[in-house]
Amino acid sequence: MALLTIRDALNEALREEILRDENVFVMGEEVAEYDGAYKVTRGLWKEFGDKRVIDTPITELGFAAVGVGAAMAGLRPVIEFMTWNFSILAADQIINHAAKMLYMSGGQFKVPIVFRGPNGSAYQVSSQHSQALEAFYANFPGLIVVMPSTAADAKGLLKSAIRDDNPIVFLEQERMYGIKGEVPEDPDFTIPLGVADIKREGKDCTIVARSMTVPLALQAAELIQTEFDVSVEVIDPRTIKPLDIDTIVNSIKKTNRLVIAEESHEFASVGAEITYQVMDHAFDYLDAPVKRISTTETPMPYAKNLEALALPSVEKIVAAVKEVCYL
Amino acid sequence: MEDLILSKVATRQKPAAKTAKVSTNGTGKTQGFTDFVEVEQAKAEYVKRRASQLAAIKKTDKKLLREMLYQMVLGRIFEEKCAEVYRMGKIGGFCHLYIGQEAIGVGSMMALEKTDMVITAYRDHVQAMIKGMTPESVMAELYGKEGGCVGGKGGSMHMFSKELEFYGGHGIVGGQIGVGTGMAYAAKYKNSGQVTLCFFGEAAVNQGIFHESLNMAQLWKLPCIYICENNQYGMGTSQARAMSSRSIAKKAEAFEMANEFVDGMDVMAVRDATLRAIARARKDGSPTLLEIRAYRYMGHSMSDPGNYRTRDEILRYQERDPIVLFKDSLKAAKVLTDKDFEKIDQEAIAAVDKAVAFADESPYPAESELFTDVLA
Ligand SMILES: Cc1ncc(C[n+]2csc(CCOP(=O)(O)OP(=O)(O)O)c2C)c(N)n1
Ligand SMILES: [Mg+2]
Repeated sequence: MALLTIRDALNEALREEILRDENVFVMGEEVAEYDGAYKVTRGLWKEFGDKRVIDTPITELGFAAVGVGAAMAGLRPVIEFMTWNFSILAADQIINHAAKMLYMSGGQFKVPIVFRGPNGSAYQVSSQHSQALEAFYANFPGLIVVMPSTAADAKGLLKSAIRDDNPIVFLEQERMYGIKGEVPEDPDFTIPLGVADIKREGKDCTIVARSMTVPLALQAAELIQTEFDVSVEVIDPRTIKPLDIDTIVNSIKKTNRLVIAEESHEFASVGAEITYQVMDHAFDYLDAPVKRISTTETPMPYAKNLEALALPSVEKIVAAVKEVCYL
Repeated sequence: MEDLILSKVATRQKPAAKTAKVSTNGTGKTQGFTDFVEVEQAKAEYVKRRASQLAAIKKTDKKLLREMLYQMVLGRIFEEKCAEVYRMGKIGGFCHLYIGQEAIGVGSMMALEKTDMVITAYRDHVQAMIKGMTPESVMAELYGKEGGCVGGKGGSMHMFSKELEFYGGHGIVGGQIGVGTGMAYAAKYKNSGQVTLCFFGEAAVNQGIFHESLNMAQLWKLPCIYICENNQYGMGTSQARAMSSRSIAKKAEAFEMANEFVDGMDVMAVRDATLRAIARARKDGSPTLLEIRAYRYMGHSMSDPGNYRTRDEILRYQERDPIVLFKDSLKAAKVLTDKDFEKIDQEAIAAVDKAVAFADESPYPAESELFTDVLA
């Protein structure tokens, strides 16, 4: 085991996969000479050179398309969006092209591509730079959507994503790049896509959290444990689509209560989907209505106090758990 | 005073290497233009047009010239102050400074009528002030305070004023090029006589929307003046590493659009080129592309250490500082004196100090503001 930041864990995954498969390359804005806007690709250009690590012009639609075409023709591109906000310019390639190719070619053309970068809010970067887009991409068949919350998950899932033959939307979080965790050193360590992880065991209430809300949920769970002696289970689906609903349902069968914490806006969110699936599979096991904490239905404001108000927080999650536990 | 400011700027930039790093990507292009041929060319051309320029200055309204210099100095000092208070944690998020590019905003925008429209990217503090916003409302916006031009909701990248026809700072590279085209469409539709100045960086030219917009503007004769502020870098990437050709002005020719290449260190040259573009736009709605070349003195934003260029390169461009050049011309044309310059500096410093005091005292926005303005 090595103690790594999420940033370095992602970096190791990229490095190992570049070494492992000559068809893997990394492309995006400032990924090469600048070492990445958020330093996820640090050192890779120096080590592997222009062929494997490529700086692009600011032309998201263009380089996403180059990635899709290259993937159809046999390569395994990893396309970095400096942030996922800018992927919206490339949404045509991700949604209209990558996601549809296998189906409309009758299974002939696979698109083994990973689109990755930071998703969600950062630090006061305002309306156009703070969006969590997992629900948007998860709505389209043909895409796999991944959201790691720990260093080990980041590494293991990114390696699986690069080896997978499908287009993958791999959503990181800028606020989390510096979080450290133990990571296995075996270069063949991977984590399968589509499998949830129980981040904390508990018996009284389940919180389903992902990405940035996982550490918040874990903190909330500790607070509730000490203050109310209520034991909270925290589940991280890790892959949003396909969703490991079984792990969530099994937890609810034990706890009978569910809180969902997410960074995206609430309307038509992944939380809404989970709520439906839980109703479908575990309605009789629920002892309280499902409660959801999301970012407010507002664009992200710049002002510090308003930004804090808009985002999910430990306090908001604690309040939700208290509500479903009738505390 | 001016020397002081310049040296402050120069020492802020952390140079990584003493010699120019020659690195290539797949294109085999080097990062910067390490031979500085273009700097020498710009100098030579400036000397050539000096006589006619002095004549032009003598014919220009003295009050306007003074105001132009004041806006340039104000912009410089305002941005220096932003860097200072950013480091104190008073400003959050991204913060992109305009230092080195003042002649572009001042030369072009001060050729407009008040009713003309302006739209720009995230490097917008100084342009907002040139359009008439007070330093107080810009600084308070940077602080995320109620007294800001959008009540603290937008921050550094998103200054707006409907009243002043300032259609905002925008954070998605290239997005405002299309929006500016739409503003010009509305002006033509309403026959309002307004022209639109649409600013963007040279790296934004690589976005599809630049090409889509220019085509529509020329096809439909939209009174839009596209101003490419070529400060030679998009974050850490030089133009040479991101664009297959050097001339941006010439790209307009693919659309049969009028275009000019302009020395962005020469505020009068920027003004003249803009006046010609405005005349075309007012006459029959013809759009223009201006490529105005300057240089970004500071890092891309406050979080950029700027390791991709050398101190030598920065200093070479600073030799042609737009404020120094303009002062020199005003003095040579006997329009203003050293004493006037001193006074202008003092006025600008006082205005910026007042802005900081205002921003400090302004309250944070009320929590209820989070939910307003989502829908009309
Ligand atoms: C669509 C999009 N892609 C990437 C970014 C990140 N980004 C912000 S500014 C910038 C560089 C833009 O350079 P340029 O257009 O030359 O303007 P300058 O910053 O030099 O004024 C980049 C890559 C963004 N904001 N929007
Ligand atoms: Mg630029």
